[in-house]
Amino acid sequence: MRIGRSMAIAVGAILLLAGCASRRDDRLTLEFWTIGREGEAVTKLLPQFESEHPDIRVVVQQIPLKAAHQKLLTAYAGGSMPDITQLGNTWIPELAALHALEPLQQRVDRSQDIRESDYFQNIWATNRIDGVLYGIPWYVDTRLLFYRVDLLRQAGFDAPPQDWAQWQRQMDAIRAKSGGKRRGVLLPTNEYEQLQSLALQQPDPMLRDGGRYGNFESAGFKRALVFYVGLFKRGDAPPLTNVQVSNPWDEFGRGAFVFYLSGPWNIGEFRKRLPATQQADWSTAPLPGPSGPGASNAGGSSLVILRSSQHKDAAWKLIEFLSRPTMQRRFYELLGDLPPRRSAWDNKVLKDDPKLHAFREQLERVKPTPLVPEWEQIATEMQQIAARAIAGQLTVDQAAAQIDARTDVILAKRRWVMERQGDPGQ
Amino acid sequence: MNRRSAAWLFLTPAMLVLGIFFLLPVLAGFGLSLTDYDLYALADIHNLRFVGLHNYWELLHRPLFWAALGHTLYFVIVGVPLSIMVSLGAALLLNSPLTRFKPFFRTALFAPVVTTVVAVAVIWRYLFNTKYGIVNFVLAHAGLHPIDWLGDPHWAMPMIILFAVWKNFGYNMIILLAGLQAIPLDLYEAARIDGATDLRQFRHITLPMLGPTLLLVGILTVSGYFQLFAEPYVITEGGPLQSTVSVLYLMYDQGFTWWNLGMASAVAFLLFLIMFAVTALMWRTGESSGKPA
Repeated sequence: MRIGRSMAIAVGAILLLAGCASRRDDRLTLEFWTIGREGEAVTKLLPQFESEHPDIRVVVQQIPLKAAHQKLLTAYAGGSMPDITQLGNTWIPELAALHALEPLQQRVDRSQDIRESDYFQNIWATNRIDGVLYGIPWYVDTRLLFYRVDLLRQAGFDAPPQDWAQWQRQMDAIRAKSGGKRRGVLLPTNEYEQLQSLALQQPDPMLRDGGRYGNFESAGFKRALVFYVGLFKRGDAPPLTNVQVSNPWDEFGRGAFVFYLSGPWNIGEFRKRLPATQQADWSTAPLPGPSGPGASNAGGSSLVILRSSQHKDAAWKLIEFLSRPTMQRRFYELLGDLPPRRSAWDNKVLKDDPKLHAFREQLERVKPTPLVPEWEQIATEMQQIAARAIAGQLTVDQAAAQIDARTDVILAKRRWVMERQGDPGQ
Repeated sequence: MNRRSAAWLFLTPAMLVLGIFFLLPVLAGFGLSLTDYDLYALADIHNLRFVGLHNYWELLHRPLFWAALGHTLYFVIVGVPLSIMVSLGAALLLNSPLTRFKPFFRTALFAPVVTTVVAVAVIWRYLFNTKYGIVNFVLAHAGLHPIDWLGDPHWAMPMIILFAVWKNFGYNMIILLAGLQAIPLDLYEAARIDGATDLRQFRHITLPMLGPTLLLVGILTVSGYFQLFAEPYVITEGGPLQSTVSVLYLMYDQGFTWWNLGMASAVAFLLFLIMFAVTALMWRTGESSGKPA
């Protein structure tokens, strides 16, 4: 008897639940993956999208940055990709090689909202692999100089450096004035982005023959490596990894170093972590180049549609919605992520912020890293070998030769695949 | 049904489980290590090539593999004896009739084993911070130079060893404590009547009686320490200058970061062979030295 009654209740409950589910299911469900902090902010923009499109429900899944790469590849292998995802633009070549991404050029051509000419040119370029467009830039990220205005003035300079020679003179002065106690610049030796940016400023590309071989023994890369290693040799940069500098913001506030080569998220961090009295003491400057203002990396994240998705049209609507300049400005206000569209920059919030001027300027001078799936591994090994040059275990020439040798090993499979497909490369 | 087939019948479930969950994956892993399975093969299986022993050949010619093997052996050779000595010391103290509050100390000494590596590693990173860490603060008060624990390639591994010993000694301590409690007390009584000192009692009663337990603990610890990964992964990220990259770390990098699963399987298989040889050797010598006693 008792069992019978509880069974009846259970069955009733299941029917009720099924009823609820089926009532909700007449909306189309769009699965949207975000990586890192963006997930939380985007949930604040989505109610408006859902009210504009009552037939679409967006389910956001937030993936921590460290797990994202692995999760994406595992999901691909397991056939459980979402409809639309945020994707760091250096990962696009990899997922494009997997044929996991939907080409978007035709949708862009038909779109009222998304116009290629409004986007920073080289940011857009990172989404085009072998001529096919796979992503729409969502926010941008580039590395440039954060510096202490007051300390630089103390050393006798009113303006940040324009080129390497000026930069070096300023650091020499800082070193001399402080008796070597204050460092010129913080460049964590286990982060490849800094050396990568200096290398991007050179005319020689880092890979040659359509991404078949390394080109690190070129005069350009060696010039960048000499400058980079020299910063440590002269004592301008402390040979520390980011594991050792657990709180760079405090150290910057204390004046342990004057320049810090980092990205836009640190604007928010410095505003939050440094006291109000110190806010006028720091600013940002475009990255100095070998001769005059130089390039930096064209980083950031894009929005992509997965080829396996059943709801590509709905996914495209979401991309168009998130790409609106008004949405991008709100996104900036929520997170500090910089918009990839020039029109989104044309408003007070972004234009009148003096700490953003350098970024606006730098964004016209960004350069994509080589668009091959193996790039992150190559850059990681490049940095590991460069770190040995910093430690004095290798000369610059030996280091460059080793980076080339490792790169050629890493790219061996790519060469074979390209030959097999008869692909002439880019 | 005769005894033989009955025995096989009873063994079948265990053999099945072992076959499916151990033998099959090992064979599949070996098979994978003979191919160049990677991102391109994941995209299109026609991009998969059978490469024979090429992965092994490439590994044996890569300085980083030998460096990783060296770091792992360093960790095992220094870490295992140190860890067992600390465990044994703690077990002896806990077993001493003079010790008060035994349950409290037993729990306290076991506590590091049940903590999460990641959470504890964050605290250790602060303790060993070159500038602000309490370890260097204490060293400075003792009149010693500060040590760049996280930045000096010579000191990073000792720090990892210290961390691993602290984290793991409680586990072996419990096993050894059980072994100590199983030694009959009349042996010690007889020795005391014969006038044996504490040290001689330890050498001639405790150690031999603990022999089989020590062998077990030794083998378990060696095979555990060969699989060094989590500690460098969360504390040093393999640095500085790759001085804390272990064999398993190399495998993780190849397999899960860069998706070179063929190469990663080759690393895993080499590690398996090395561990198998070392533990088999330990088992052999342990058994033969145990026999005459």
